[in-house]
Amino acid sequence: MDYLEKLESQSIYILREAFNKFENLAMLWSIGKDSTVLLWLARKAFFGHVPFPLVHVDTTYKIDSMIQYRDQLVKDWKLQLVVGKNEEVLKSGVTYPNGKATRVECCGTLKKDALKHVLEKHHFTGVIVGVRRDEEPTRAKERYFSPRDKNMEWNVEDQPPELWDQFKTDFEKGAHIRIHPLLHWTELNVWEYIERENIPVIPLYFANGKGERYRSLGCAPCTFPIKSNARNVPEIIEELRHTKTPERSGRAQDKESEDAFEKLRRDGYM
Amino acid sequence: MSSPNGSPQTSSEQLKIVIVGHVDHGKSTFVGRLFHDTGSLPEGKLEQLQKVAARRGVPFEWANLMDALQSERDQNITIDTAQIWFRTQKRQYVIIDAPGHKEFLKNMITGAASAEAALLLIDAHEGVQENSRRHGYLLNLLGIRQIAVLVNKMDLEGYRAAKFNQIESEYRAWLRGINVEPKIFIPIAAKHGDNIAARSPNMSWWNGPTVVETLDEFHLTELPKNQPLRFPIQDVYRFDERRILAGRIESGSVKVGDRLIFAPTNKSSTVKTIERWHAPATDSASAGESIGITLAEQIFVARGAIAALESSPPFELSSFQARLFWLGKQPLTKGKTYKLKLATQEVECQIESIGKVIDASTLETVSRKQNELFVGRHEVAELTLHTRKPIAFDVHAEIIATGRFVIVDGLDVSGGGIIAADNYPRRTHDAATKSDHIYWSRGKVTSAQRELRNGHVGRVIWLTGLSSAGKSTIATELERELFNQGRHAYVLDGDNIRHGLGSNLGFAPKDRAENIRRVGEVAKLMADAGFICITAFISPYREDRDLARKLIPPGRFTEVFVNAPLEVCEQRDPKGLYAKARAKEIKEFTGISAPYETPLNPEIELRTDQMTVADCVVKILEYLQIQETETAISI
Repeated sequence: MDYLEKLESQSIYILREAFNKFENLAMLWSIGKDSTVLLWLARKAFFGHVPFPLVHVDTTYKIDSMIQYRDQLVKDWKLQLVVGKNEEVLKSGVTYPNGKATRVECCGTLKKDALKHVLEKHHFTGVIVGVRRDEEPTRAKERYFSPRDKNMEWNVEDQPPELWDQFKTDFEKGAHIRIHPLLHWTELNVWEYIERENIPVIPLYFANGKGERYRSLGCAPCTFPIKSNARNVPEIIEELRHTKTPERSGRAQDKESEDAFEKLRRDGYM
Repeated sequence: MSSPNGSPQTSSEQLKIVIVGHVDHGKSTFVGRLFHDTGSLPEGKLEQLQKVAARRGVPFEWANLMDALQSERDQNITIDTAQIWFRTQKRQYVIIDAPGHKEFLKNMITGAASAEAALLLIDAHEGVQENSRRHGYLLNLLGIRQIAVLVNKMDLEGYRAAKFNQIESEYRAWLRGINVEPKIFIPIAAKHGDNIAARSPNMSWWNGPTVVETLDEFHLTELPKNQPLRFPIQDVYRFDERRILAGRIESGSVKVGDRLIFAPTNKSSTVKTIERWHAPATDSASAGESIGITLAEQIFVARGAIAALESSPPFELSSFQARLFWLGKQPLTKGKTYKLKLATQEVECQIESIGKVIDASTLETVSRKQNELFVGRHEVAELTLHTRKPIAFDVHAEIIATGRFVIVDGLDVSGGGIIAADNYPRRTHDAATKSDHIYWSRGKVTSAQRELRNGHVGRVIWLTGLSSAGKSTIATELERELFNQGRHAYVLDGDNIRHGLGSNLGFAPKDRAENIRRVGEVAKLMADAGFICITAFISPYREDRDLARKLIPPGRFTEVFVNAPLEVCEQRDPKGLYAKARAKEIKEFTGISAPYETPLNPEIELRTDQMTVADCVVKILEYLQIQETETAISI
């Protein structure tokens, strides 16, 4: 087995554990490269099927082509899609782009609270999320099976031990478990796998005529492209082999203060 | 933390290493420095942290590179296992910053359990401490054999060889006591980069390798392809009309045509296909691969079973010796029931006896009074465990993945252990010996007590369908399967009941209704007594079946529509009844001269003209298994 096969096999194992252990299981799909790879791995694990719904938390500020791409894949791959929105806050207009909320506050309501609402509404007790340890410091601390209490809070100081692929699958009523099958992958691994499997990704990742591409995707007002001439997957792989810039450098909400993102994640952000 | 560009620069095999040692012996500092010295830091990261330190008016610490969380910076200790990537000339590394504070032992174990090699740091100034020893012991228990000991902070000791030699001889002697032979001891000063990536000018007496050179000498763990096959079943899927047994091969290999036994159920079948999605089709698979298989002959196999070749099966017993470490908030005590997880098996267990409890930092036996037998937090023990049902396992020294387990106390994974060698008997072929625990209860015994003892709830499986549809055949096969699983099952068959209990009844609608009422009442009593009662009656009227359903507690009545088209049943006609009905020798024969009311919402429908008997039985067993899982959750 080569290293990509090992990564894949471990992720499949985790997905199958999750599917066996959680009655009300869902997968978060951000339309980005990671959660799309995750979706592909689910099809690997379940022999072409995705036997649980996908949850997309729609802030309505997503880049337009992301929604088109989402709806196309839902049709092509026969996916079951649940869309979560914080209608209340959207109606009140207290969001970042118009300046009535900070970027982090906006992430807190339109993403975190919207997620909480959709999980409660559908009684999901297991939520598969495509975060990776190498993305960002707090995610490096994650477990494969990571509990959140009924307020969706993450108790990072007291995490369950995780050894020999025996995961935390017993939890109190009202709590839920985040399952992270991609935790051990790196950004480069994700692209190498996309290349090997020929997985369709949204073209926003590829350089446009102005020498810019998105390296990480989020809401339009808070996500900025990086300078790059990488026009296809092999060129992205080549670029990543030499870059010294962090993956989320184009994500403004991470940088509002030194610990902004950490606070957001403790409160239940993905 | 991850350094975003600590991502691999080029891809290759990764070696997973863990950094352990006593608190404040310099692990985080070492990792920060290792990153810097191998050119693995993200652009601007060092400058950013230096600026933060200047703004706060504190000296810059290399450890801050790893300690990403706010609270850690405040306490200056690493809370949790963080993974980062870096590479040397030779290859890529995943490095786990395992913390040293005693409270955080579970995180150290989480980190170390997935590592292939370990670096253990000892402060040259403080010398060998409690956790230096405990971590050494646990690394060994976790199965890590490649260990390098780094004697850190040599700068505080004037870079003197004598100090290094003294610590090496002391710690080496201690490790020898637990049969651990580290690959090497290296003198370093992480803060200044001495002997990390480059030879130290301050220790010219050192002729050995640097840390980076040592890392490059470590070997990747090889997948155990040449060991006996162990394929624990994770789940059974029914996709696209195929029944797929999914799992990961933990050791050995499997190919189409192999005869497999499924421990601990003693069933066997032959591999028909190896299943993968969007991958080249092959007829074999080996250790490390997550695959699916289909079987040539359908048998009931569920999650937890371990597939092996008939020539080299695992042990199947309900008692074994183990060495165990305990992390639980509550001590591990005798007389309490825990959940044991081994590969994909889960079974209740208790301590049978405790050999001894050991303080892993001194190797001394903890003395306790006879009546106070327990294993406390962070203690290690040699003990015998007893499981409620037989489980399949191997000795850890022979096959790792099926030779280790964790113990769940309440909701939490609270300990882990490895199975020690002993004179275990190999399995016998006598499956019946496992299902002879038959108890009779008298007096005030509740259903719940019966269920606890039986290990399953009492229920009724009501087969309905035309004559010759296959009800009795399925019922008797199902009964045997359930019996072999150690369950109490009994068939009430139409013909047999009519010989006695219903001998005064005919076949008019009123008589049929009375017959079914009696059967329903008997089934109810049997279910109440804890049996899985299988009834095989034509029971053609919906109203009658619904009456029977109402007698049984909700969720305990399973209506199974045994469905074959009339033509098929008539063709089968083993008793010649259809022929007689056509010849009007039998009156009011269901399907010919009496109605059959098709079930509207049966729990299960079996098309016996399209499915084999084995498939039908498997479908019912799978349904029951789901029901039982749900019952277990609601308790």
